[in-house]
Amino acid sequence: MCGIAGIVNLGNQQPITPDALRRMVSVQQYRGPDESGAYLDDHIALAHARLSIIALKDGTQPIHNEDKSLWIIYNGEVFNYPELRQELINRGHKFYTSSDTEVILHLYEEKGINFLNELNGQFAFAIWNSKNRTLILARDRVGILPLHYTIQNQRLYFASEIKALFANKEIKRLIDPESLDQIFTYWTTLPGKTAFSQIKELPPAHYMIISPYEIKTEKYWDLNFPINSETINKKSDNLINEISETLMDSVKIRLRADVPVGTYLSGGLDSSALTETVKKNFNNELRSFGIRFENKDYDEGKFQNEMVDFLKVNHSEITASNDAIGANLEKVLWHTEKPLLRTGPIPLFILSELVNQSGYKVVLTGEGADEVFGGYDIFKEAKIRNFWAKDPDSKLRPLLLGRLYPYIFKDDRVKQTLIAFFKNGIDNPDDPFFSHNIRWKNTSKIKNFFSEQIKDNTKDYDSYSELLKLLPADYSYWDTVTKSQFLESLIFLSNYLLSSQGDRVAMAHSVELRVPYLDHRIIELLNKVNSEIKINGLNEKYLLKQVFKNRLPSNIISRWKNPYRAPIHKALLNNNLNLIKDYCSEDAIKRTGIFEYSKVQKLINKLEKLDKASEFDEMALVGIISTQIISKIFIDDFKSDLDGSTKFDLFFDYRSVNEKLTNVI
Amino acid sequence: MSQISAVKEFIIENFLFGEEDQLKLDTDFFDQGIIDSTGVVELVSFLEETFNISIDDEELIPENLSSLKNIDVFLQKKLNHKVV
Repeated sequence: MCGIAGIVNLGNQQPITPDALRRMVSVQQYRGPDESGAYLDDHIALAHARLSIIALKDGTQPIHNEDKSLWIIYNGEVFNYPELRQELINRGHKFYTSSDTEVILHLYEEKGINFLNELNGQFAFAIWNSKNRTLILARDRVGILPLHYTIQNQRLYFASEIKALFANKEIKRLIDPESLDQIFTYWTTLPGKTAFSQIKELPPAHYMIISPYEIKTEKYWDLNFPINSETINKKSDNLINEISETLMDSVKIRLRADVPVGTYLSGGLDSSALTETVKKNFNNELRSFGIRFENKDYDEGKFQNEMVDFLKVNHSEITASNDAIGANLEKVLWHTEKPLLRTGPIPLFILSELVNQSGYKVVLTGEGADEVFGGYDIFKEAKIRNFWAKDPDSKLRPLLLGRLYPYIFKDDRVKQTLIAFFKNGIDNPDDPFFSHNIRWKNTSKIKNFFSEQIKDNTKDYDSYSELLKLLPADYSYWDTVTKSQFLESLIFLSNYLLSSQGDRVAMAHSVELRVPYLDHRIIELLNKVNSEIKINGLNEKYLLKQVFKNRLPSNIISRWKNPYRAPIHKALLNNNLNLIKDYCSEDAIKRTGIFEYSKVQKLINKLEKLDKASEFDEMALVGIISTQIISKIFIDDFKSDLDGSTKFDLFFDYRSVNEKLTNVI
Repeated sequence: MSQISAVKEFIIENFLFGEEDQLKLDTDFFDQGIIDSTGVVELVSFLEETFNISIDDEELIPENLSSLKNIDVFLQKKLNHKVV
C-alpha cells in the first residue's frame, strides 16, 4: 500500500510546483517509505509514496501505458491481477512491469470506466488521461483505503490523507461544526464528509471524473440486500460449502504478495477462522500478532492462547497498558484525522509497530465479518426489540435482552431501569432508524457540552435528513436486522472500523491490512441470505460458525462474543499525562471555542472521583479531549510550509517550460 | 420540597453537567436518556447516603425513580416509614 497525492488546475493558470508535491508526499511518507515518484505536466501534478509489496524491483510509480498517454498513481492491491493481466496480454497489451498497478491501467484502457466492476481488491487511485486532460479518481467498494479531496483556489487537490492537502498553505483548515454534530451522533462522519470544512472524502464504491468540461461523481456498486427470487431462505449444505469455498479463495488471493503475510489473532471467531485458514491451507510458517490488555476486563488472552496452542502459530503480542493507551492518544489522532469516541484504535496502533518491527508489511484481519455475517449485538438487540414491539406490554419479551447483555442485566438493581431504557422507541418499529436510535440519541447528549457558538452554528442542521437521502429505494422493505446491517456498513464500517481503527493506525507504521471477509463476492453472497439464517435465533454469525465448526475448538465457536474495546477514563485521566492540563484547561477550551468549560470541568471532576464510569461519561471524555487535540494539531499548530524532505526516485517532467529540477530528484 | 431540591441539584451537576433547562419535575430520565444503568447506581447511592435510607432491589423500578416527581413521592414514603 501507499500514499498518493495530486493537484489539477481547473481554472488556475499558475504552474504547479514540484515543491508542493514533495510536501504532500513527505507528510504522509509512512504510507510509503520505500520509494517515491512523481509526474508533472502543465495541467496536473501526481505524486506517489510506495510501500513495496508486489513487484518489488520494477513497480515504481507513476506507471504509464504503451504510448504514455495514460498515467496512474495507486494505493492498494487488486488481488485478481494475475488473471486480469493474462486476459490483457491475450488482447495484445504490452507490460513493462510485473505490478498490479499496470494491470489496472491497461484494463481501463481496454474497458473504460466499467473496468471497476472487474477489480477484486482494496484501492484508491488516480488515472490521468493526458490526451483528453481527464482525471479519474476511484475508491474500492467498501472504502478500505482513503481518498480525500478539496476544490479551492480553482484547483482540485487530492490525497490519501487530509494532512497532505493541508501541506498546501492555500488550503483552509477549519473544523466543520456539522461534522462535529455527526461525530457526536454516529461516532464518525457520514460518507463523503470529514472533520474539516470543504475537505471531502470520495465515498466507497464511487469514482469521480474531472474533465475540462465537468466534474462528476458516480457510484459503481451498491451495498444491496436483494429481495427477489435469488433470496436464500433456507440453510443448506450447498450454502455452507459455497461460503466456505468463496472464503477460501478470498484468503488465497489475499496472500498474493512478494513479502510474507501475517495475521491478526484476537481469540475471537473471525480472526481465529482466518488464521486457521491460512495456517492449515497455505502457510505452515505463519506469524500471528495479538493484543493483550493490562486491564483484565478487556483481555482476551485465554482464548488467544487457546488458539495459539491449537494452531501452533508463531505468535507475538503487545500488552496495552492504561498508561500506553493514554500516552499514544495524540499520535493516534494525527493518523485518524478525526475525533474519536472510543480508544479502540490505540492498541491497534501499538500493535502495528510490533508488526513493522517484526519485519512484516502485510497482515490479514477479521474486520467486516460482523457486518457481513451478522455478528454485532445491535443486530440481535434490534431483533429482540422488534419482537417486543409486537407486544409492548409483555413482561417476558424484554427479558431476552438479558441474554444479550448478561453482564449488566445480572445486576438486579438496574434491571428494571435498563428495560425502561431499551423501551425507548418501541412504539415506532417502522422508524427507519429503529435499531440505532437509542444509541444515537444517547451519544447525541454529548452535544450538550458544545459551546453556545457551536450550538448556534448547528441549530438548524439535521443529520437524520442527510442520512435518509443515503438510504436505497428498497430499504423500507428490508427487515429490522437487515436495515441495521446496512446502517452499520454505511456509517461505521468504512468511516471508523476500516479507517480510524483500520488503515490509518496500521499505515502509521507502514503496515497494510487485508480484509478477506470484505471480498465483494462474500458480501454479495451473504447479502442474499435471509437475516433469520444469519442470526439463528440469537446465535450470531451462524453460517460462519457452521463453516468452521469442525475446524476450530468448540470453545471458540460457542464462546460469548465480547465487543473489542479499550479502557478510557483510567487511561486518559492519568496524572502522569498532561492530557487534561494541556487540552481541557479553561484556557485551552476557550481557545478552541468548541465546548463549554464549566460543563467539561464538571465531567472531569465527576470522573476523577469514580472507579467505574458510565458509557456516556467515557464517550464524552474521549470525544472532548480528542476534538481538542484534533483542533490543536491540525488547526493551531499545523505547519503547512515545511520543506518536504522527499527525493523522488522517479520523476516524469512533461511541462512545456521545465524548471530546474536538480533539487527535486 | 427541600429534599427534592437536593436531588435535582445532584442530577443537574452529575448527569446534565449544569444544563438546567431540560429538567422539569416530570421529565422522564430514562425516556430522555438522562440517566443510564451506571447512573442508576450513582443515583441510588446518593439517595441512600443523603437521606440515610436503605433502598431494596425491588424498589428500583422506574415508577420510583424515573422522574423528580416520582423520586419525591418515593422519598416521602421512605422517610415517613423511617419515622414510624
